[in-house]
Amino acid sequence: MSNPQTRPALVLVGHGMVGQRYLEALAERGVTATHRITVLCEEPRPAYDRVHLTSYFSGSSPEDLSLTPAGFMAEHGIELHLDDPAVSVDRDARTVTARSGRVFPYDVLVLATGSYPFVPPVPGKDAPGCFVYRTVEDLLAIEAYAKGRTSGAVVGGGLLGLEAAGALQGLGLATRIVEFAPRLMPVQVDEGGGAALLRTIEGMGLTVHTGVGTQEVVADGPGGAVTGMRLSDGTTVPTDLVVFSAGVRPRDQLARDCGLDVGERGGIAVDARCRTSDPRVYAVGECAQAVDGRVYGLVAPGYEMAETAADDLLGRGREFTGADLSTKLKLLGVDVASFGDAHGATEGSLDVVWSDSRSGVYKKLVVSPDGVLLGGVLVGDAESYGLLRPLTGSVPPAAPERLVLPAGIGGAVSLGPASLPDDAVICSCHNVTKKAITACTTLPEVKKCTKAGTGCGSCVKVIGQLLPASTDKGLCGCFPYTRAELYEIVRTLRLTSYDQLLDSHGRDTARGGDGCEVCKPAVGSIIASLAPTIGASGYVLAEEQAALQDTNDHFLANLQRNGSYSVVPRIPGGEITPEKLIVIGEVARDFGLYTKITGGQRIDLFGARVDQLPQIWARLVDAGFESGHAYGKALRTVKSCVGQTWCRYGVQDSVALAIALEMRYRGLRAPHKLKSAVSGCARECAEAQSKDFGVIATANGWNLYVGGNGGATPRHADLLAQDLSDAELVRLIDRFLMFYIRTADRLERTSTWLERLEGGLDHLRDVVVHDSLGLCAELEALMADHVAHYRDEWAETLSDPDRLRRFVSFVNAPGAPDPTVKFVPEREQVKPDLAVLQISPSPTLEPLGGTR
Amino acid sequence: MTVELRVAEGWLTVCELDALIPGRGVAALLPDGSQAAVFVDRGGRPYAISNRDPFTGAQVLSRGLVGCCDGRAFVASPLLKQRFDLESGRCLDDDGVAVRTYPVRTAATS
Repeated sequence: MSNPQTRPALVLVGHGMVGQRYLEALAERGVTATHRITVLCEEPRPAYDRVHLTSYFSGSSPEDLSLTPAGFMAEHGIELHLDDPAVSVDRDARTVTARSGRVFPYDVLVLATGSYPFVPPVPGKDAPGCFVYRTVEDLLAIEAYAKGRTSGAVVGGGLLGLEAAGALQGLGLATRIVEFAPRLMPVQVDEGGGAALLRTIEGMGLTVHTGVGTQEVVADGPGGAVTGMRLSDGTTVPTDLVVFSAGVRPRDQLARDCGLDVGERGGIAVDARCRTSDPRVYAVGECAQAVDGRVYGLVAPGYEMAETAADDLLGRGREFTGADLSTKLKLLGVDVASFGDAHGATEGSLDVVWSDSRSGVYKKLVVSPDGVLLGGVLVGDAESYGLLRPLTGSVPPAAPERLVLPAGIGGAVSLGPASLPDDAVICSCHNVTKKAITACTTLPEVKKCTKAGTGCGSCVKVIGQLLPASTDKGLCGCFPYTRAELYEIVRTLRLTSYDQLLDSHGRDTARGGDGCEVCKPAVGSIIASLAPTIGASGYVLAEEQAALQDTNDHFLANLQRNGSYSVVPRIPGGEITPEKLIVIGEVARDFGLYTKITGGQRIDLFGARVDQLPQIWARLVDAGFESGHAYGKALRTVKSCVGQTWCRYGVQDSVALAIALEMRYRGLRAPHKLKSAVSGCARECAEAQSKDFGVIATANGWNLYVGGNGGATPRHADLLAQDLSDAELVRLIDRFLMFYIRTADRLERTSTWLERLEGGLDHLRDVVVHDSLGLCAELEALMADHVAHYRDEWAETLSDPDRLRRFVSFVNAPGAPDPTVKFVPEREQVKPDLAVLQISPSPTLEPLGGTR
Repeated sequence: MTVELRVAEGWLTVCELDALIPGRGVAALLPDGSQAAVFVDRGGRPYAISNRDPFTGAQVLSRGLVGCCDGRAFVASPLLKQRFDLESGRCLDDDGVAVRTYPVRTAATS
């Protein structure tokens, strides 16, 4: 490495998203080792993700938004000056002067100053209560000002305006949007799309004014604060604060002042290599006017320019001549996408439109007379964006009218990614083609090698469809075996230790290691299911088993979103005495817990801190309650109707049977949760046919149904056997449950297991009714072992001081409660005190177990 | 042996090494009111990262399960299961996200 003092000096002005990307591009190309690099940043924090600014209101902290990896600057020897913007450039002396007065000489200067929000010159625009929406500091100021106020208005109904409106609504303000153009998002969508968007957004309770300008901000409140807005249609609307989001303008003043060429409508003029009129000076991102005469306000073209400028430094002939403005967004929960020639500007172009005001869906494709797809607008349902955008410029494999019809309507086609040509760009953020993606075999590999899918993420689904289906049936990266195979291994070899199993049967790369979050709970569950048979402790927190359990099993309670837990005592069959009800009420009252009746006929108590769990359970166990296993992949409840005893239609005692079944199978660990119900007659008030195993009374005994499910993928249970006696019923359920536990995959409910089972219901009936595999005696013996060895986990935990020591918020302050677990009142109870908007978890993530 | 982690004020003793179950974590309250999640892997090596799950804002990372991927230890958040490298704090499932890490060591009990 050359002497730092003699290396050429590169000064980057601006450390936003594009500035940081430029630094990464330099680091990747080794330029950080050959140049002395200095960065001047106006904001008090390093580069962060401005695109996802609104996620601050859904719980992301400014640190979470950071795009600058810890240690990045130090690792690459980059000098970053925060809170110290450049104020002037002397191109003759080749120096930059910062606000602090420091002067930085340069050999290469890169301007990445970004843009500033345009504020229309209306009276009152500077009054207290007026804001723009651009930086973290803007957000913090809006959040602080909104406290105790009730209404807000956003000037501008474009992309950023809708983001800002979502943020205001999330802060609890009655929010209105004022857009000068005749529709929302005028740049991206056409009239029809704007109308669909308008209806949906109004349906969310926002007020929208279109085709109306802002004439004046009325500022006659205390201290001259904002109280309303006067609009061009003559009306005055009340509002406590105003956010201007009426577009951005390139920040080119620094360039103007030092005599660099700028475009007529602003923007530092650059050539295809991102060089300004001074060859020593580059400009990239929103401050630059690209060679095609446009100023790009999207991040993807900015990134492309950063890469171009970095390549040019090394004399590599990359060019940036313009970018695709295709975009797919979720604004206020509405999918909006626009790509290619969305407005049909191409001469002779034709539209194909599907519009459904009832569901708020609008889709338009723009095609040439000879059928070439030119662009389109999708509002309300942008599912097909990932496939339609790459087809732009070609003739789609199906007629365009069939591509806009909703799925399920006769004639509608959904395109498979197989129909895409090899050179179709799948990831437009990083310009990655189908060919480059299909050269990889897994999604992580695609992300690592091509960066595809790491930008806006809208292409990840299509990438998944392009990759070969995995032939490796292994449970996870640690084991090459399925869960069913691991069950057999544990049972046959009587292995009671996860580490031992990993070291003897794990993949070579995983042996001796720490395993993973997928196989640990799965193996923990297998060991618990087989505990009495293989000689393991039936207590899930015994010794090494404790390290395998998910947090719910580890604290014997259900983790909730704010880090508190919920508590569900068992109420077998849903039958409870007034005395016990009173105890639950007293415990909830004394610990300030939110109380809710579950769908499984019991009571859930929310908001307990870790350190309160033993105190709560001490009272519950004293009153005769035991764990309800709501936290476990285990039997939850056996719900029942009131049955023959009281009901004039009942033909059997459904409550007594439900209690007996719940007491028999309580604590049984399974691949997933198990739910059950017993109905006392064919009217089926207990909804037994939506359960993993459900029982319905007949005049002659019981009918047993299996494989039912409610939830996201409902399935009606199948009738396994009819008119059973109590003993026959129990024997059959014993066999069914143990066969399921033995053969199902991890987190596979009985419904999906039964669908997958080769031979289906007939095969199941052969195995558990006719004993075709000769397994029944063993299955029954396993269940008998389980029943004989059942112990209440909470009673056992409370009796052991060592185990109780785990129930603290802080290991170094055992008595201290976690101060971040806070609550606020709601409807005479409490709720978690969280940031206002909710993060929506990615649908690919595995959900936590429910509590029914 | 005790587990210590470095904060602005110097090395802070968090707990006895025995108090940590390999593969699991504990939470520690730091002098500035923030929280750390402290783990020990199967090999007995300690790690410390911020306890705050950046995806939900809840202080829960100490309650996740430890695993390893390509020889590097990680913890999976108990809420939405994103994994964080225990050495660098980087999220393995979302490149743009990282949590703070703390220097950590074991020391003989004096």
